[in-house]
Amino acid sequence: MADLIIDAFSSQTRLRDMIRAIRACKTAAEERAVVRKECAVIRASISENDQDYRHRNLAKLMFIHMLGYPTHFGQMECLKSIASAGFPEKRIGYLGLMLLLDERQEVLMLVTNSLKQDLNHSNPYIVGLALCALGNICSAEMARDLAPEVEKLFQSRDPNIRKKAALCSVRIIKKVPDLAENFMSPAATLLKEKHHGAMIAGVQLCTDLCKVSLEALEYFRKKSTEGLVKALKERVNSPYTPEYDISGISDPFLHIRLLRLLRVLGQGDADASDCMNDILAQVATKTETNKNAGTAILYECVETIMSIEDNSGLRVLAINILGRFLSNRDNNIRYVALNMLMRAIAVDAQAVQRHRITILECVKDSDASIRKRALELIFLLVNENNVKPLTKELIDYLQVSDQEFKGDLTEKICSIVEKFSMEKIWYIDKMLKVLSEAGNFVKDEIWHALIVVISNASDLQGYTVRSLYRAFQTSSEQESLIRVAVWCIGEYGEMLVNNVGMLEKEDPLTQVTESDAVDILEAAIKRHTSDITTRALSLVALLKLSSRFPSCSKRISDIITEHKGSFVLELQQRSIEFNSIIDKHQNIRSTLLERMPVLDEASYNSKRKSGSLPPTTSAPTGASPKLPNGVVKSPVAPIADLLDLSSDDAPVPSSSGGDFLPDLLGGSLTSLPSLTGTGQAPSNGTDILMDLLSIGTPTTQNDVSTSDLLSTNHNNTPSGTPLERLSPPSPFSPQVSTPTATTPVMDLLDGFSPTLSNKKNSTDLHFSGNNGPVYPSIIAFQSSSLKIEFSFSKQPENLQSTLINATFTNMSSNVYTDFIFQAAVPKFIQLHLDPASGNTLPASGNGSVGQSLRVTNSQHGQKHLAMRIRVAYKVNNKDVLEQGQISNFPPGL
Amino acid sequence: MIHFVLLISRQGKVRLTKWYSPYSQKERTKVIRELSGVILTRVPKLCNFVEWRGFKVVYKRYASLYFCMCIDQEDNELEILEIIHHYVEILDRYFGSVCELDLIFNFHKAYYILDEILIAGELQETSKKTVARLVAAQDLMVETAKEEASSISNIIAQATK
Repeated sequence: MADLIIDAFSSQTRLRDMIRAIRACKTAAEERAVVRKECAVIRASISENDQDYRHRNLAKLMFIHMLGYPTHFGQMECLKSIASAGFPEKRIGYLGLMLLLDERQEVLMLVTNSLKQDLNHSNPYIVGLALCALGNICSAEMARDLAPEVEKLFQSRDPNIRKKAALCSVRIIKKVPDLAENFMSPAATLLKEKHHGAMIAGVQLCTDLCKVSLEALEYFRKKSTEGLVKALKERVNSPYTPEYDISGISDPFLHIRLLRLLRVLGQGDADASDCMNDILAQVATKTETNKNAGTAILYECVETIMSIEDNSGLRVLAINILGRFLSNRDNNIRYVALNMLMRAIAVDAQAVQRHRITILECVKDSDASIRKRALELIFLLVNENNVKPLTKELIDYLQVSDQEFKGDLTEKICSIVEKFSMEKIWYIDKMLKVLSEAGNFVKDEIWHALIVVISNASDLQGYTVRSLYRAFQTSSEQESLIRVAVWCIGEYGEMLVNNVGMLEKEDPLTQVTESDAVDILEAAIKRHTSDITTRALSLVALLKLSSRFPSCSKRISDIITEHKGSFVLELQQRSIEFNSIIDKHQNIRSTLLERMPVLDEASYNSKRKSGSLPPTTSAPTGASPKLPNGVVKSPVAPIADLLDLSSDDAPVPSSSGGDFLPDLLGGSLTSLPSLTGTGQAPSNGTDILMDLLSIGTPTTQNDVSTSDLLSTNHNNTPSGTPLERLSPPSPFSPQVSTPTATTPVMDLLDGFSPTLSNKKNSTDLHFSGNNGPVYPSIIAFQSSSLKIEFSFSKQPENLQSTLINATFTNMSSNVYTDFIFQAAVPKFIQLHLDPASGNTLPASGNGSVGQSLRVTNSQHGQKHLAMRIRVAYKVNNKDVLEQGQISNFPPGL
Repeated sequence: MIHFVLLISRQGKVRLTKWYSPYSQKERTKVIRELSGVILTRVPKLCNFVEWRGFKVVYKRYASLYFCMCIDQEDNELEILEIIHHYVEILDRYFGSVCELDLIFNFHKAYYILDEILIAGELQETSKKTVARLVAAQDLMVETAKEEASSISNIIAQATK
């Protein structure tokens, strides 16, 4: 007869056989075939509504589901199985329900009715099945519908039903916190249970009730705190109970849950905290910790001590326990110690500091989880006193750390160095170290920020460029190191060659020749791993050096020429344009390629904080003037572009050398029509440059974007564009330039200036607003060595004209001779400079020189006044040049 | 709270999955793939915790099987290790020195046992004896029902002879 039954099943394979068949498959394709066949049989059986095989079909589907195949067609079978009367069907049906469905499926709602019936079933095991299913997957709707049934089950005589009902309620109140109220009193009753399961479930329910409802928290605090303390005491002192014993401790799970609930109750309540002090101290001192179970209890206890209201004695105890954990050999224990110390910082940072050395060791652990925790902890422990040794340790470790950890480590080090950069030289030193060790992991914004800082640290530029030169020799594989090195050599190459600004601590570099510097750039551009950003930066740097290193001019030109055929449009365009500048425009080259003006640190930092670059806002393009400030302004665009280049979403499509040139040329071109007088400007040169622009670039677009950028810049809007943020609004620090460079610049400016007085030029000014009789004086320009103040007056009958009285004060301790002030304005403004009251500025602000300027704003009321200035003078017979842009004119001029 | 329980073999085969938080089928596959990649590659003697998507995954290897439980940041990792061990001990008693094959061919039994230990991602029963008793009682009910069914079919078969 038994055979007959087996026969009845023979139309299908048995579950066991299916599993065997699947396990026997050698390839994924074979497995798929077996599964497909099985699924076909199951589907057929389902459509025949075959009840005999339902049990087996569901079991098979679950197995198939675990392998990752779709089994949605079995969902209805689960519901049918649950709805049938027998226990075996219900058991497998509920299991299938929990496995094959999740709470987001509509089908789930259909089971609500069956659940309701089963919750009221006379068989406690069926009630248990229903509670388990409800607790594991119920949705908010089901929770609402079935909560009354579950609530009734708290009265059940069977403790196993009560415990299941309690945990099921945990899910219900998480889904529908409004229902919390209904469960408060039944939960409180469970806390007095003798049955461990029921009590554990009750404690859990209370904990979750406190989390969702303040009312519940108050209720349990008043009603149950003492009872819980007593229960924990009983646990701690309980004799050996084999049923619950885990490595010598009776039911550590219950210990832990009780401690957790006490923590919730004690947090923010001094009375409740007071009530539990004794027992916490007892747990903290008496728990055996040679086994994991004991450690788990102690860990929970420490967390409770840290969270409840202050008791300094207990906290000392807790921190000491953590210290012991930290020196444990077991990685798990060290991990949790680090985890907990992180929370302990908020309570007692000083105590955590004591373990700094050990924590630092953990950063170097072989276990990634521990390293990560320790690094985060160290990051929180850094302060002004320990930042230097800690940073040194971390950077040292960077050299030997795993590749996959370097990213995290680098990010944290950079973050620390930036946060605590009290001395620029320290910041630069550390950043260069990080770049040399892990430059490939340094994010773009980090090295951008470094460049901004270098550009501001005029006394460290020589040192920096020499350090970078050295670093390049040893770490030429680190992309961002190369970028920074290339940029600095391009800007400060002559400091490298001439050993300018040598610091005392610095080792003298063996003489670097101009050709050595160019070698670096050539290596950077030719490295096969260099990406487009690095190559583009190298091209700009080469161009810049071409004017400063006359001896290498030919070689640079050759290197640039090589890239004329580059398949990367960006590089091709740059090389072609740069090549023209080198070959055809010797006379303006040095001016074009001057050093970049100092980047504004504050605005760069605020930009970094506010997130990525905002999109360039375009003003109406036709009307906006091309501001003829190319000469001074030019390098701003490349840096903007340089900083943008690596981000994929650079706002200006032509962000490239394209920006750079039109900007340069925009300046020269617009002033061209008014070219007069003493100008020896190379007018044909400008024409060629104009041609040059149209090679391979959509000129108009470039022009538009440039002028947009510039005009917004001059409008001095508070939000500002990327360019404005990058370019300094007014203060410039002094820049030393060689005498040879100065003269052509001045000539050039003269040539281009629309209105000329002797050795004075004008560039941009804007006017707007109405006249007012009184305008506040401004400090137009201030550096460490020089201050320029402007005061204004206006004739009421002629709103367009403004008389500016400039006062120059020497802030340094040396006398300035041959002092010359120059100004430039946009072409809609006319400028007339009267002779200055003198050309010698006494030292230390003892006296000043005055000069009056008359500006006429032809677009008064529409445009603001803006001006670029340049001051040349001699200190101890050395030429000094300072320059700046004034955009803080009072409105209405 | 335990968000899910995974049993993964050393070869990366899934032996049991239990989800207490809503994850769609697609997410489930992704989670399993991600975690087996992380956990199976960890060498012995490292700590048993992995930080993952803002959660912690506590895992422990028993023979060829990795038992993994995903918990919240603030949960007690060491306790979860004990829960895993609790489950393994119960399995061991139930099957009589359990091995991976037991869990493959009787995977549903492994689920039934787990359902007596955890509900809603929380611990339900700390007594191994109670769990064993409850599971055995339910198994017995299934056996009885089967016997009844077969005796009925015997009667039918005899009647229709």
